[in-house]
Amino acid sequence: MTGVTAAAPAGLDVGRIREQFPILAQTVGGKPLVYLDNAATTQKPRPVLDALARYYAAGNANIHRGVYALSQEATEAYEAARGKVAAFLNAAEPAEIVFTRNATEGINLVAQAFGRGRLGPGDEVLISGMEHHSNIVPWQMVCEEKGARLRVAPFSDRGELLVDALAEQLGPRTRLVSIVHMSNSLGTVNPVGRVVELAHRQGVPVLVDGAQAAYHMPVDVQALGCDFYVVTGHKLYGPTGIGALYGRRALLEAMTPYQGGGDMISSVTFERTTYNEIPHKFEAGTPHIAGAVGLGAALDFITGVGFDAITARERRLLDYATKALSAVPGLRLVGTAADKASILSFVIEGVHAHDVGTIVDTEGVAIRTGHHCTQPVMDRYGVPATARASLALYNTEGEIDRLVTALTRVREVFGPPSAP
Amino acid sequence: MSDLRDLYQEVILDHNRSPRNFGRLDGADLSADGHNPLCGDRLSVTVKLNGDRVSDVRFEGAGCAISKASASLMTEGVKGRTLDELPKLFDRFHRLVTDRTAPTDDAELGKLAVFAGVRDYPARVKCAVLAWHTLRAALDEGSEVVSTE
Repeated sequence: MTGVTAAAPAGLDVGRIREQFPILAQTVGGKPLVYLDNAATTQKPRPVLDALARYYAAGNANIHRGVYALSQEATEAYEAARGKVAAFLNAAEPAEIVFTRNATEGINLVAQAFGRGRLGPGDEVLISGMEHHSNIVPWQMVCEEKGARLRVAPFSDRGELLVDALAEQLGPRTRLVSIVHMSNSLGTVNPVGRVVELAHRQGVPVLVDGAQAAYHMPVDVQALGCDFYVVTGHKLYGPTGIGALYGRRALLEAMTPYQGGGDMISSVTFERTTYNEIPHKFEAGTPHIAGAVGLGAALDFITGVGFDAITARERRLLDYATKALSAVPGLRLVGTAADKASILSFVIEGVHAHDVGTIVDTEGVAIRTGHHCTQPVMDRYGVPATARASLALYNTEGEIDRLVTALTRVREVFGPPSAP
Repeated sequence: MSDLRDLYQEVILDHNRSPRNFGRLDGADLSADGHNPLCGDRLSVTVKLNGDRVSDVRFEGAGCAISKASASLMTEGVKGRTLDELPKLFDRFHRLVTDRTAPTDDAELGKLAVFAGVRDYPARVKCAVLAWHTLRAALDEGSEVVSTE
């Protein structure tokens, strides 16, 4: 029940993994921290912390154009990190990877640099009903400006995308489909390959929001066939403030940058500016060099553990947690798709999610409560908020037991589910 | 971490289970809607006046135990008071739930003093003050939705 003792399943030694995450050894109010808010951000392993410290201690210089050795090294480290992201997502080449601040910025970049030029009055952008606000609002902004329309594909009570309904909404006015790979509030893994197939049949490009998916499952953008894919570093065990956009070369080349500045140009006069090649034309100003280096180290860490081991381990833990939570009196899981990963959203009869969150926090258990930046999903289920436990590769069965024990405190405070 | 019972006092749990003055007043003199974007909580407050005195007040909405109980106890606490007493009462209440040096037995606050435990849970302050912000908006005769953000 201490959270650190766990059976070591074949392929992944959780104890050894945990040793690499210094923060997990903390106590909260005298109790060992149980960190179950990984869908919000994951913790950082030693190799990432070391890479950041090493970069600032020994490798820091501004990149590109510097003729001195240190700048050359920083440039190489930054571009090597781009290569690692390209390999991680199986992009055809590093030039198809644009560094961003996060997944949100990746979507905004596509909305502004791709959507804005292609949308006109009556045109449509198609998303799903389970999108994070970051895959709703950028499209609303550009649609409003262009007189275009945002359409929303529905999902079932279990939280599964209704692909046939989506297919029917794909029409002659659809200019782009933007869909989440894995829902942050339901855990649903969407059949994005199928969505891409349907959209491409009509010549419609597809953006996939991979913020949640990319640390739980291998992503192969070429196999998916998607046109854009966004990830964020801080959910990939990497630093905050760094993310990446994958875009097919032909599309990126055809797009006009939406931020101007240094590094994104090849020549500037007061009369005329010529933009740099991809990906640099989308990276105006000094980027988060240390963040990119840290992200590279994080991807090395993930690749070192391997997705075979990660997905098998997380699958087993999700099954364990699903059973354990389902046995809690008055608890109802929200989001029970057949294909889901690592996220357990739930409500407890008669108790608001925020009260649940406060009570389990006093037991050292960190979960998220609220709408998870998916208010339309909450509306769909008619709940104001849910509590959400989200898993990562370092979580254990013991920690799930700690959560369940903490949830019994909710009943101690609020009384049984049938209380008047 | 302080004891949970300091936050979830029996009076609070009671008002959460059976909120008083719940609903809307027909023909209210003052009303406002409140919204806490952090948790999605929404509530409305309606007030009837007799001269400058609150003759009746009700609230409606859904929320966590702290916000519901706070709204319920607020309606009890302000009924019969004059309009110019209310901002002072809100200030005292605000100090109670945010200031660790404020007295926890302020007689002026009466039953509202049960919310003193909130000061140890800064993330929950917004829950405790949503109803009060909404009431203040009603007094200011602003008809737009007020927000705790």
